[in-house]
Amino acid sequence: MAAVQVEIRQERHTLLAVLAGDWELERATPRFDRLVEESPSEGAKLRSIGFDTTALGEWDSSLLTFLLQGIDYCEAHALEFREEGLPASVTRLLALARAVPEQNLNLEAERISAVARLGRAGLSAYRGALAAITFAGDVVDGFIRLLLRRTRFAWRDFWFVVQSNSSGALPIVTLIAFLVGVIIAFLGAVVLRRFGAGYYVSYLVGYGMLREMGALMTGIIMAGRTGAAFAAELGSMKITEEIDAFRTLGMSPTDHLVLPRMLGLFAMMPLLTIYAAFIGILGGMIVAISLLELSPTQFVAGLLTAVTLSDGLLGLFKGTVFGLLIGYAGCLKGMQTGSDAGAVGRAATSAVVLGITLIIAANAVVDWLAALVEV
Amino acid sequence: MADPRRERVAGEAPPIEVRDLTMTYDSFVVMEGLSFQVRRGEIFVIMGGSGCGKTTLLKHLIGLEKPKQGAILFEGEDFGAADGAARKRMLRRMGVLYQNGALWSGLTLAENVALPLEEFTSLDSESIAEVVSLKLALVGLRGFESFYPAALSGGMRKRAALARALALDPEVLFFDEPSSGLDPVSASRLDDLILQLSESFDTTTVVVSHDLASIYKIADRALFLDIKRKTMTALGSPGDLRDNPPSDEVRQFLTRSSEGVP
Repeated sequence: MAAVQVEIRQERHTLLAVLAGDWELERATPRFDRLVEESPSEGAKLRSIGFDTTALGEWDSSLLTFLLQGIDYCEAHALEFREEGLPASVTRLLALARAVPEQNLNLEAERISAVARLGRAGLSAYRGALAAITFAGDVVDGFIRLLLRRTRFAWRDFWFVVQSNSSGALPIVTLIAFLVGVIIAFLGAVVLRRFGAGYYVSYLVGYGMLREMGALMTGIIMAGRTGAAFAAELGSMKITEEIDAFRTLGMSPTDHLVLPRMLGLFAMMPLLTIYAAFIGILGGMIVAISLLELSPTQFVAGLLTAVTLSDGLLGLFKGTVFGLLIGYAGCLKGMQTGSDAGAVGRAATSAVVLGITLIIAANAVVDWLAALVEV
Repeated sequence: MADPRRERVAGEAPPIEVRDLTMTYDSFVVMEGLSFQVRRGEIFVIMGGSGCGKTTLLKHLIGLEKPKQGAILFEGEDFGAADGAARKRMLRRMGVLYQNGALWSGLTLAENVALPLEEFTSLDSESIAEVVSLKLALVGLRGFESFYPAALSGGMRKRAALARALALDPEVLFFDEPSSGLDPVSASRLDDLILQLSESFDTTTVVVSHDLASIYKIADRALFLDIKRKTMTALGSPGDLRDNPPSDEVRQFLTRSSEGVP
């Protein structure tokens, strides 16, 4: 392959560029304007730019981009661009490239001030909140219709959600709850032993799992697992127009898609919460027995003296609320999915983020209320 | 129309009437000044270049988008403004075939067709099963009741979706680009099906299409949406429009010519 060569010389009023060698995209090509500016000027005023391509070898788009730079240069400096020295196929392609004038589509990002940006963010947050409230209203409305038996319930979807959120979720809930119980017991063992109060580790594990961690950890697992799945399922149904198909048949997608999902999760979350609390306590007991030399009887006796039914009910209540919130976040984000390829992924991600945020916020609120009524 | 079945009382409202409709996406105007009537029993094609707003117009006609200005009347009633029960009643009289079918992927073909029947009729499950078999047979899918949509070819999926759209014996059928994504034979078969159904059931049919072969074959009248002028520029039978095009754009579209287009 011969190297790219450009020789520039001035013939009276014409600047002649002699192009030689093989012009290929893989190799660096010169820039037209720089070559012209570097060429020796001979005094006579330039009127045109011409080409000599007798020694030109192979060429591809790299030659065309070089020549288009030449055309731009000629336009900028009011020179004539003389094509007669170029191969016919090159002139044809140059004509094609310039056939459609560049359209001014105004797509440039408009500059907006910080105040305007703040205003837009505010408006979009307002619209988002409005949409979230409307959706919640829709769900309540659908639920009332369901209670009044004005709509058919999609039992199959419901049972499917129940299955995937009961037996399907047990392995991961078991693992996480067990480990959280172990972690709380370790924390208790380290801290309480310093005060000679190792015995009270059963209090810590019992309160911790029943009141807080059972519901919270189950909630977080389900937000990542089921909330994301709801958003992805509904999101892809939105993209394939399956949700529109419900609407144009006069059927409510809330009734057929959202309610069975939310109710299925709502029914299963309390059960999972209790289960997680017991598994966590079991994990804590194993640590207490092996590390603090407590007997199982001592551990359980400690647990029973301290922990009351209201602790368990508080956790149960939290789990139920979390179930509603996770289902709501997943379905809301799924129904709001956009229409491009990344939209489903974004919907699933934001469903998890929203779900976890709502859970933790609700946890704080419930704890505060519980403290007020001294539960 | 010579067909005596199609003769109705004079002065009856047309099944669909669009009055001075403006369609927008946010602040961007897609089309404005659209006014037309779809006659009972005809096959009415909405045509135009890609991106001109054909599908947007369809979405307005089936109530998925609200008019920015103007009105859409369904059987003389304002569809855009209707809410709740009135709207549901109107929707029940329409059937829509989406571009890719939009069958509910978690349900079998039989369940897809059965769901609207379960929702809106008081038929028992045996009668529903019979109606479902009939509708699937009408579109040439007898025996595919227990198949899931994912197991079907594009053409079969569209025909199954048509069976679902026909479930409640709609008076108006909408088709969004019926030929898109189909090979010429499947596309032509779907056109035949549209013609047969329109004649046999006396349905009014609205088709969005840019497939010339299909337009000439099925359309009684066609509406041309001009992307440059952002409005409708022609309404008439496709053959007449081709022979006496009201504008260069219509002529180019109907003769598949790119002459004079930059």
